[in-house]
Amino acid sequence: MPTITVDRKDFFERIGRDYTAKEFDELLFEYGLELDEDTTTDPDHPAGEPHQLKIEVPANRYDLLCTEGISRALKHYLNPNLGVPTYTLKPAPATAQIRPYFACAILRNVKFNKISYDSFIDLQDKLHQNLARKRTLVAVGTHDLDKIAPGEISYEALPPSQIKFAPLNKQQVYDANELMTLYKEDKHLSKYLHIIENSPVFPIIYSSERKVLSMPPIINSDGTKISVATQNIFIDVTATDETKLGFVMDVLVTMFSEYCSEPFTVEPVRVEYTDASPGGARTVITPNLAARPFLARTSYINSCTGLSLDRPAVIENLRKMGLDAFVPIPGQEFKALNESGLVIAEEDLIHILVPPTRPDILHECDIMEDAAVAYGFNNLKRTFPSTNTVAKPFPINKLGDVMRRQCSEAGWLEVLPLTLCSHDENFKFLNRKDPGDIAVVLANPKTIEYQIVRTSLLPGLLKTVRENRKHALPLRIFEVSDVVLKDPKAERQSRNVRRVAGIYCGRKAGFEISQGLVDRLMLALGVPNITNSKDKETGFYIKAVEDATYFPDRSAQIWYRPPAVAGAHVVFAPVASADESNAGAAAPSAATPAEPPSKLDSVKEAISSVLPSSASSRDILIGSVGILHPSVLKAYELDYPASSFEFDLEPFL
Amino acid sequence: MASQLGSESLQALVLAALDIAKNATIHDTRQLALSPDGKTLAGDAPEDQLAVKGALDSLALKEMVVIKINTLEPHVLTAEGLSLSQTGSQEYQVWSALDKTTPTTIKDIEAKVGKDTAKIGQGKAMKNKWVGKQGDGFVRLVEDVKDETKEQLLEVQNTGVHATAAVLNDLKKRKLVEKKKLFYYSVTKGPEFSATLQKQEADLTVELLQSGAWEKASFKKYNFNAEGVAPDSGALHPLMKVREEFRNIFFEMGFSEMPTNRFVESGFWNFDSLFVPQQHPAREVQDTFYIKDPIESTGYPKDYYERVRKVHETGGFGSVGYKYPFSAPETSRLVLRTHTTAVSSAMLYEIANQPGGFKPAKLFSIDRVFRNEAVDATHLAEFHQVEGVIADYGLTLGDLIGFMEIFFAKMGITGLRFKPAYNPYTEPSLEIFSYHEGLKKWVEIGNSGMFRPEMLEPMGLPKDVRVHGWGLSLERPTMIRYGISNIRDLLGHKVPLAMIEKSAAVRF
Repeated sequence: MPTITVDRKDFFERIGRDYTAKEFDELLFEYGLELDEDTTTDPDHPAGEPHQLKIEVPANRYDLLCTEGISRALKHYLNPNLGVPTYTLKPAPATAQIRPYFACAILRNVKFNKISYDSFIDLQDKLHQNLARKRTLVAVGTHDLDKIAPGEISYEALPPSQIKFAPLNKQQVYDANELMTLYKEDKHLSKYLHIIENSPVFPIIYSSERKVLSMPPIINSDGTKISVATQNIFIDVTATDETKLGFVMDVLVTMFSEYCSEPFTVEPVRVEYTDASPGGARTVITPNLAARPFLARTSYINSCTGLSLDRPAVIENLRKMGLDAFVPIPGQEFKALNESGLVIAEEDLIHILVPPTRPDILHECDIMEDAAVAYGFNNLKRTFPSTNTVAKPFPINKLGDVMRRQCSEAGWLEVLPLTLCSHDENFKFLNRKDPGDIAVVLANPKTIEYQIVRTSLLPGLLKTVRENRKHALPLRIFEVSDVVLKDPKAERQSRNVRRVAGIYCGRKAGFEISQGLVDRLMLALGVPNITNSKDKETGFYIKAVEDATYFPDRSAQIWYRPPAVAGAHVVFAPVASADESNAGAAAPSAATPAEPPSKLDSVKEAISSVLPSSASSRDILIGSVGILHPSVLKAYELDYPASSFEFDLEPFL
Repeated sequence: MASQLGSESLQALVLAALDIAKNATIHDTRQLALSPDGKTLAGDAPEDQLAVKGALDSLALKEMVVIKINTLEPHVLTAEGLSLSQTGSQEYQVWSALDKTTPTTIKDIEAKVGKDTAKIGQGKAMKNKWVGKQGDGFVRLVEDVKDETKEQLLEVQNTGVHATAAVLNDLKKRKLVEKKKLFYYSVTKGPEFSATLQKQEADLTVELLQSGAWEKASFKKYNFNAEGVAPDSGALHPLMKVREEFRNIFFEMGFSEMPTNRFVESGFWNFDSLFVPQQHPAREVQDTFYIKDPIESTGYPKDYYERVRKVHETGGFGSVGYKYPFSAPETSRLVLRTHTTAVSSAMLYEIANQPGGFKPAKLFSIDRVFRNEAVDATHLAEFHQVEGVIADYGLTLGDLIGFMEIFFAKMGITGLRFKPAYNPYTEPSLEIFSYHEGLKKWVEIGNSGMFRPEMLEPMGLPKDVRVHGWGLSLERPTMIRYGISNIRDLLGHKVPLAMIEKSAAVRF
């Protein structure tokens, strides 16, 4: 949210009365603004310095980015009968012939003082930062019109070597390439160089005498610089987004035309687009400054807010918010932009002319919101929705919670490491190879800690042990959470998999302790151990398989044989540890880095290794358990032996 | 010496000594005889007296003795002082090294007495007019001297002090003498005194019980000030305990849980379907994690996609739209979801298109979201969002505000105020404030709003269906509940395990 700093005395003169910090805070709160600071309440404020108000405004209200705008809005809110300001357009000679999106305007006979001049400069900056997305969409240049030779102004695009001028606050003439080098070091301007840097041609605005006005969106020329004494202002606005071009121009001129000798008078400029423009050849008068016609229904506003106001009361609330709302005038043509084909009763209808300062209004609901703000959110009658529904937990969350409670009842401690980790933590540190088709990789992380989304819960658990070296041993920690695996069949190309994992770390590795928790969880799931009776219809078993993450001969896979009853369970593909088991299977001989067997191979192998009963064809590899290999411990800087387990919960849904 | 004996032997010695002591008092435990011949004494080294103290404390706890500590601060010779008390002072040594007539060079003096002694002694001896310069050497001036420094050192060694304070100070300055802290005990009989140590039982054991010996046995006094033994127990994470409370509130109010097990979303579901314009700041790379691999989403519902594109680009459903060219690649880009509202959006689409059409629904979720933010005390790249959604015909803003009051009251938070705010997918949008007694100000505790018709109607929801949504982070109320000021102490691998073990249960 942008914060606007205004002069306290000037501001309260504008709205016609003084407020205490508390009163003013209340007023702003109800309008949807926030008083960040009133320096009269700051004991450290230097004596003699003028007092300030710092006001936070919502990101979509570009009309509230300056003292003029906020004071105008509050004046109407406090006194809706003030009338809505209108803007007069006076024709002026055509001056421009240019390329996409350009607008200009002239403010004549302006009288600035220090406060209003600073506000004018500040508003440009606020618009650049917010609506203009750091000048990428729109850039504004302001000039002293009296320093510009009369005649046609041209907006061109030239190779940088051909552009030469003295930029703002410099006497020396540079070419555009030199300027780009010069501003590389400039804390303020260097942020904007990327917008045009790599283009063969740079945008440039010339006067009829071929004197440079601006090189948007970077810098203006020194020759046409404005000051607090400037009387006639020429504004140029260039853009890559035509809609936002209009917003910026409208907000700038409607705010600062109040300082013209004839307030709210703006001299428009005609812009002639050629065929090259995305919109084709056409002539556009800028600024547009047209009020936008909208319609709203009294009944809609009442039904959305829960009020039962009559039409005049709704209209008064809308006028309070600076919207020109009125009862439809018989016979007057009114082509509302938000006409939606609804049949609306005559006495229900309200016509609204939305001023050009309010581009945030898109729909009848925005008008409804203004009415609700004017009435006061905190004045609405508080009711309770009659919606009657029956609650239901998400099954995998319920299963996960059952497992979490079991682990903690068994004396293990729940931890919550992060989901994002480095590529090495997820693969290399665990002696695993990246098969390339399982991990989701981030494009723009700020640190290597966040390179990928984990495909195993182990890295987070190992890091937790590392960070808790000083804790008394043994440690028993677990996590029940999601990993993410790539899945080309899914719309979002990936899917979460809920897992449970734990690490035991002490003076001995304790395979049987990690295995003990697996046994315990299976007991809770009602899944019998069939390791020694593999002909059973359903159950789980562990099977010794070498895996590079684990110590030789202290490493096993966990397999699950779901019940045969059709439709009893949704059986997922052998998701969990396909990657781990593959990497592990490849590991026993480091000298022969064999291609890891495919998922299918490991399933086949599993089938052939157990009894050739039909039951075994249902078996799913769900995870692994073992003593962590000393090289894994070293990679995670652990000095004590440890064992771990990890398995998928989805097959038990 | 005492430190070499075990506590039990020392206790026995003390009791025996006290039993035969004159006036039933051991005046000075430094003099406690450790050997039967009385030749080995406990000694005055602090470590020896500490060993004695250990034994005395055990006896005192059993009320067999009463002890009193005495402290002393005698002056003793330093190593150098001790050496000078035997060899004589430096000036004496220099004087001794000289001849009456034949001058001795400073080099020769150094060779005889050492460099440091020569340097200090020569100056002092000159000052005392014991020696004089002759040529390039020194000779004795007097035949007989009285080495006062040595005498002073010997006095200190014998009495622990010197009669003249100025002398003592001078010796201290010369680092020949230092002050030492010593302590010892005086011991008298206590009410439970006995000449021998009787074995005391620490606990009622099965042997004592079955043999009946418990009736005659003497039991140690129990120390009720000590803590009990911590049980060997597991624990759930405090953030998950608060999650459970929130979950219970939602269940109590009839909300079903949404399937939020989907961290990767497309620009379409995370932003576009919510009517967030493609140039919105939240979509910038410094706020959102984009995904490099896999590259793009496929196959969102085609008709719906078209309606969404149109409402952004040119409007519709009573909206003028944002009026910008909608980019298909932008909509297909994959992101780590920035909010669980991406899932709410997909759920609302599902509800709108379910067999039999729309039915009123109340939904919630508590799950992880991701922001590409710089990490600090209040920001992490991952955190948990609590979100609720109510969809029904004719809901009002009054319903939303009234509902929020009841929802937060279940957590003990009352007296809410609502501030108009901006959010691209809700209109009106309301920030929820509550008065914080500790901070003495209104603090924001959540966000809420009515979803925009531009978001709902393209999904196929009937025009008069309105949808309320609200959200808050799970971490913030948890941090307030547990008084944690740094989010890194709550979530992630750097969390101290002791915090998890010791965090109290939560009851809203």
